[in-house]
Amino acid sequence: MSAESYGSHPVVDRRVLLRGAGGFLVTLLAPGVTLYAFGAAGHASEAPASSKVRWALLIDLSKCPAGCDLCVTACRDENGWQQNGRPETDPQWIRKVKLRDGRTGEYREVPVMCQHCDKPACVDVCPTGASFKRADGIVLVDKHICIGCRFCMMACPYKARSFVHQPLTDQKPWAPRGKGTVEACTFCVHRLDSARLPACVEACAVKGGGAMTFGDLNDPTSEVSKAVAKYATSQVRADLGLEPAVRYRNL
Amino acid sequence: MTKLKFHRLEQHRPTLWVLVGLHVVVLALGFGAALYMEEHGHIVSGMNNQIVWGLPHVFAVLLILAASGALNLASISSVFNRLAYKPYARLSGIVAIALLVGGLAVLVLDLGRPERLVVAMTTYNFKSIFAWNIYLYSGFVLVVGAYLFSMMDRRASQSVVLGNTMAWVAFSWRLILTTGTGLIFGFLAAREAYDAAIMAPLFIAASFLYGLAFMVLVLVVMSRETGNELATEEIAGKFRGLLSIFALSVLYFTIVHHLTKFYTGGHQGVELFLLRDGGVYTLAFWGGQIVCGTLLPLGLLARARDSATVRWSLPLASVLFLIGGVAQIYVIIIGGQAYPLKLFPGMEVSSSFFDGVIASYQPSLPELVLGLSGISLAMLLTTLALRLMPFLPEMRTKRSDAA
Repeated sequence: MSAESYGSHPVVDRRVLLRGAGGFLVTLLAPGVTLYAFGAAGHASEAPASSKVRWALLIDLSKCPAGCDLCVTACRDENGWQQNGRPETDPQWIRKVKLRDGRTGEYREVPVMCQHCDKPACVDVCPTGASFKRADGIVLVDKHICIGCRFCMMACPYKARSFVHQPLTDQKPWAPRGKGTVEACTFCVHRLDSARLPACVEACAVKGGGAMTFGDLNDPTSEVSKAVAKYATSQVRADLGLEPAVRYRNL
Repeated sequence: MTKLKFHRLEQHRPTLWVLVGLHVVVLALGFGAALYMEEHGHIVSGMNNQIVWGLPHVFAVLLILAASGALNLASISSVFNRLAYKPYARLSGIVAIALLVGGLAVLVLDLGRPERLVVAMTTYNFKSIFAWNIYLYSGFVLVVGAYLFSMMDRRASQSVVLGNTMAWVAFSWRLILTTGTGLIFGFLAAREAYDAAIMAPLFIAASFLYGLAFMVLVLVVMSRETGNELATEEIAGKFRGLLSIFALSVLYFTIVHHLTKFYTGGHQGVELFLLRDGGVYTLAFWGGQIVCGTLLPLGLLARARDSATVRWSLPLASVLFLIGGVAQIYVIIIGGQAYPLKLFPGMEVSSSFFDGVIASYQPSLPELVLGLSGISLAMLLTTLALRLMPFLPEMRTKRSDAA
């Protein structure tokens, strides 16, 4: 802060003061404004996750073109789960599942990733608690205490998790991985914590069909809440009662 | 009244050293395989993101089941007060511990991060049946250890109350343990092949069969190596009857399991896969579990009416039951995973992540060796225990002075 003193009375340059206050306000409000765009009361990256927020993703399959894999490549680039030419052991945090109705011939492509269930089977079965659900509903793996037993992979009905089968190179600092541990979509938690959209959602919005709507389901004014309230949506294997945070429209 | 005497494994044929040497080699190869997998990652195994549990888990589950079943001879003698089984109570206890340690070693060495065993022992999620099993397994070793102490310690063995209490605790513990092992699969609602409470009694019946089969083989080998016939004619006859009943029980639960799945709407696909269209899994089920592991040994035992035939039929049937056990668990664990998860029922699905297709699995040599090394570890631990402490019964009977 710029200030000069004359005797015992500090004199502050008004222009400098206003500039500083303005900057402070921008710093304070900017993340909120960004998060407001996808409907959430944000929090700083250092703040703990809040249970007032329930992150959710709605995918409108009518806007998800066949053959488009922008969400997949964006996720791969963002999180660094490169392919090694061994499809059976290579990780896949998000994939496009091709569906065909045998009777009608109707065709759909469905992006499938960790569904961030409210009652996640992977968290229930994990012996060490390495699989856990954050207060805001994001399901993650603590790589420090994952022992690589793969019970979570047996339990997940969505085939959403991958096991790291070989040594890793070129990891992204914001998405740490570990040989011999299990991993899955994190909803790009590092981006969310700094008030940015998940990489797949951003790529879909910018270059794709805009099929993905991400936001806070607990906020009735968020786009995702409004869409879920307005349109018929469905959850994959809703019969299992795991209450996934990923919903689909026009499935 | 006859007085039981026990002795250590001191005098034996030189061929025992050959057996020990073979087990040491397999054990060393097993540890080498585990180190190899640890160094290079599971990429060197046949397991993948579709078949996440492979051959090591088959051997581990077989050994863990056999461990609780091996304790049966002690339980029959103490809990159900059948004196004919008394001479084998100590041996059954130590074999049970050894088999469990062998199975757990395989399970631990197959972990993605085996060096984090201490994490698994100290950080628990109590909602996980896996975490419960960690308690049940380590508790089993302690409980059976205490049970053995109550049988073997001079002063403790005088206390009928202590003996009976420990017998009941161990018996209850082994039932709960096997229930827990079965529920590892029974609780998997996502997988059509599992998701059934009957997995628990099925595993209990299987544990009776495999545990007794292992005990028969240990007794036969020790009889041959020590030159003393450990299994009397009477007990051999009882073993024949028990093995037959246990095998029929496993068959019964297997039939009920499959029929239930067939009856339940939407599960016919997985049943048709396992029982008709599953290739190696169908072959393992019908050829391995049913013909080789059930009907053939049952036929052998049924035809063995004189004591001489029983003598050679028992070990042969036991080996066949164990081969059938490997086949059964292979079909359950690997066949159950090979059938694809049904994310979108009623739709034809495909993806780059093998959705909608039967998963492929080629067991690798390191996996096989690691699995076999669990058996070798169990047998070496048993031999070491027999060498150190008096577990082997002296089958000569004499009048007790007190009688």
